[in-house]
Amino acid sequence: MQWETVIGLEVHLQLATVSKIFSGSATTFGAEPNTQASAVDLAMPGMLPVLNEQAVHFAVLFGLGIGAEIGMRSVFDRKNYFYPDLPKGYQISQFQHPIVGTGTFEIQLEDGSTRDIGITRAHLEEDAGKSLHEDFHGQTGIDLNRAGTPLLEIVSEPDLRSAAEAVAYLKAMHSLVTYLGISDGNMAEGSMRCDINISLRPVGTETLGTRAEIKNVNSFRFVEKAIHHEFARQADILEDGGKIVQETRLYDADKDETRSMRSKEVANDYRYFPEPDLLPIVIEDDYVEALRQQLPELPVQKRHRFVEQYALGNYDANVLASSRELADYFEAVVAGCGDAKIAANWVQGDLLGQLNRSELSLGASPVSAEALAGLITRILDNSISGKIAKQVFEAMWQGEGSADEVIAARGLQQVSDSGELESMVDEVIAGSAAQVEQYLAADEGKRKKLVGYFVGQVMKLSKGQANPKMVNELLAKKLS
Amino acid sequence: MHNKSVAQLIAGLRAKHFSSVELTRCFLDRIGSLDPQLNSFISVTEDTALAAAAAADQRLADGTAAELTGVPIAHKDIFCTQGIRTSCGSRMLDNFVPPYDATLIKRFDELGAITLGKTNMDEFAMGSSNENSYYGPVRNPWNTDLVPGGSSGGSAAAVAALLAPAATGTDTGGSIRQPAAFCGITGLKPTYGRVSRLGMVAFASSLDQAGPMAHTAEDCALLLNAMAGHDPLDSTSSPEPTQDYTAQLDNKLDGLRIGLPSEYFGDGLDAATGERIDAALQQLEAQGATLVEVSLPNSQLTIPTYYVIAPAEASTNLSRFDGVRYGHRCTDPVDLHDLYTRTRGEGFGDEVKRRILVGTYALSAGYYDAYYKKAQQVRRLIQQDFMRCFEQVDVIAGPTTPGPAFSLGAKSDDPVAMYLEDVYTLAVNLAGLPGMSVPAGFVDDKPVGLQLIGQHFDEARLLNVAHQYQQVSDWHLRQPAAMTGGAA
Repeated sequence: MQWETVIGLEVHLQLATVSKIFSGSATTFGAEPNTQASAVDLAMPGMLPVLNEQAVHFAVLFGLGIGAEIGMRSVFDRKNYFYPDLPKGYQISQFQHPIVGTGTFEIQLEDGSTRDIGITRAHLEEDAGKSLHEDFHGQTGIDLNRAGTPLLEIVSEPDLRSAAEAVAYLKAMHSLVTYLGISDGNMAEGSMRCDINISLRPVGTETLGTRAEIKNVNSFRFVEKAIHHEFARQADILEDGGKIVQETRLYDADKDETRSMRSKEVANDYRYFPEPDLLPIVIEDDYVEALRQQLPELPVQKRHRFVEQYALGNYDANVLASSRELADYFEAVVAGCGDAKIAANWVQGDLLGQLNRSELSLGASPVSAEALAGLITRILDNSISGKIAKQVFEAMWQGEGSADEVIAARGLQQVSDSGELESMVDEVIAGSAAQVEQYLAADEGKRKKLVGYFVGQVMKLSKGQANPKMVNELLAKKLS
Repeated sequence: MHNKSVAQLIAGLRAKHFSSVELTRCFLDRIGSLDPQLNSFISVTEDTALAAAAAADQRLADGTAAELTGVPIAHKDIFCTQGIRTSCGSRMLDNFVPPYDATLIKRFDELGAITLGKTNMDEFAMGSSNENSYYGPVRNPWNTDLVPGGSSGGSAAAVAALLAPAATGTDTGGSIRQPAAFCGITGLKPTYGRVSRLGMVAFASSLDQAGPMAHTAEDCALLLNAMAGHDPLDSTSSPEPTQDYTAQLDNKLDGLRIGLPSEYFGDGLDAATGERIDAALQQLEAQGATLVEVSLPNSQLTIPTYYVIAPAEASTNLSRFDGVRYGHRCTDPVDLHDLYTRTRGEGFGDEVKRRILVGTYALSAGYYDAYYKKAQQVRRLIQQDFMRCFEQVDVIAGPTTPGPAFSLGAKSDDPVAMYLEDVYTLAVNLAGLPGMSVPAGFVDDKPVGLQLIGQHFDEARLLNVAHQYQQVSDWHLRQPAAMTGGAA
């Protein structure tokens, strides 16, 4: 049978606040265990939570970013369960009245097509600490630095249909939240974690199948692999006439498999009820409007603008708009050189390639947008060929200066002097009697191919510096 | 010195009739000689008290004294005190020494009060007789066969026995007013949110409120001045401005309308206690007040409503006591489940366990709507009953308790009979209103308390009514015979 995959995602996004959601402790990643845990974070007797306004601000920005309803009166609830790294024995979360209601979110797939994915809700909550099972000789260590870090849990509708769509959704989400500046989106440090709800149904049917939830997947690649694995597992069961059990599963990246968590761990009754230590969050219209004014151009808007303004393809526009930094860089290159197409090729090709190879972020690039624009300008004014430009770019990357400095220092200026070029063309023709004979005997169509040989020889003789356009013109004249 | 009011002690210290060290020594000696009969203190902080008293004397000499400089008081052992064990009456916190002070403690420290020690209480403030303490029951100074009431029974007994001129207490369902009534002292539960809860070990977050316990309404006003105020670290503390709670004490009662809820004078009320309350009300009438019969029609729902909401909140507030970070931990746990079950099994007493079970049940899937959600709806009805009454009257009055103090052990095996003790006090917490208990006479040598209930943030008026009553009565000045001797 042909199966359709139905996927909904819950993204746990760490908000980039300076301090925790209910205490004044810092949220810096990687500090020594328990150095960022106050009496509130440790749930000492009599300690009380005080809401960090910045977390509300970020949550509302997110809501505006997906055009969602903002919960003008949202309520914190206690989610009760015992675990050693959950100091209070409950997590402060939002259950019935989340701060962000329904919205939609446009994603773009590899082929350039787009889809709208429904967002069910997003709510504020606090993170738990970490249990450390190594180095304690059979005991467990507790690090509460992360306890109380603000999270926005973003729940999608079951609108995704493949691993590729799930990954596109997460990439688009990553792009949105970093544009908004509400999270660093660092998946390796756990700033963006994901639970995957997945079920199968026969293609062409509407009823949802029974789902399994895969917990805590923390990279795009693992999301893809976990979904592929889970699809195969469920399809096997269904095709053997079995039934899917609704359960929580863990993805094991090392073994590339999902496995069931013990039912004891999942059969929790969380006994949600409104948190009596906090008042409801009441948001005024003015507050929302002020934040709306602050919204930057968002990735989707930018992508559409790039397509229109610069005549880029959907795919190129999506790549270039994926981060605010990259988009700004690209637009600075365009501003400096005036040619969006070539700028897009250089930014996506050479620049991103070099950054990847050197494992550098865009901010650390040795070649600035202005410098790259300077290089492209020299291609456009025929000072250098595209091929020479690659050499110049390498040299610029190594810190040898601006494009003009490199061209001058290395003598890479394109040869456009007609006398000089003519003598080189003559020399090549004189030394290629056989090829000339072949050329003269060929018809128009074949000649076009054969002329490449003579161009190549001239370029070789000029060490790549001959103006290819002029060489072509000269050859056409001399060989006719 | 030991039988003076706080107001008189402040004046005496300023007039140098005695020093703070002398005063503090006097109370410490009384505690040493009399408390073995009462068990009203869990910890006595003699050394730090005397050092603070010496510093206070210096400030009194320098002329840099604050409002309460040099005045000794006792704090209920529910308030976290930096460097001083804070047990909350529980084995769970028997070894717990907080690294911080409750906001209330900080305020008293800043105003110069001297902490004599930490008073006994029902474990985690759950109880109406002070028999639920890990440190043993407190006895009533008027008759040591009787309970002092609870949960602030240690504070009430210490003040009644003149072991401290005043004390702090907390009141979740009557825990200041009921022991104040049983011990013949004056106690005030302020409006919910008037006094910070930060650093006060939580029982039921939406009901808990700290307040003063003393001999006179004037002393309660002085203490409330120290305690009241917004705390940015307690999100439920009220930004409503405070006032000088002594300013209206001398107002006359002419034109005051006092509401008497018929439900508070019905079958459950002990006849002799009712007579004492009637006499006190007639006295107030004679002072110019008008008595108006009113009704709180949902009163019969108060106990079930309270005994869903309070245990529900308590069941999760007490989850943090898991043996992981502080407090009691069982020896050699074999795994996590063992750590939890033995730590909590050993650390909590029966009444605490009972309420955790009830509360957990009330919040469970499938029961939430029928219990917790329904109780919150009824809570609103109870609040509305009061709001309707306050359209007609300025304060509401009635008995604090159905009868006077009972014998130790009389109700300890019958939780429901014990819960009925709070029938007149619980609704005030559910509605978040201020309430007082004022000494109003004796039945068989056992004190009786008159309860006064005010509108939100109308503490000054309650204190005014109580103070005026105390100008023409002397019940609040009576002292238990067995306690008037000792070192003094």
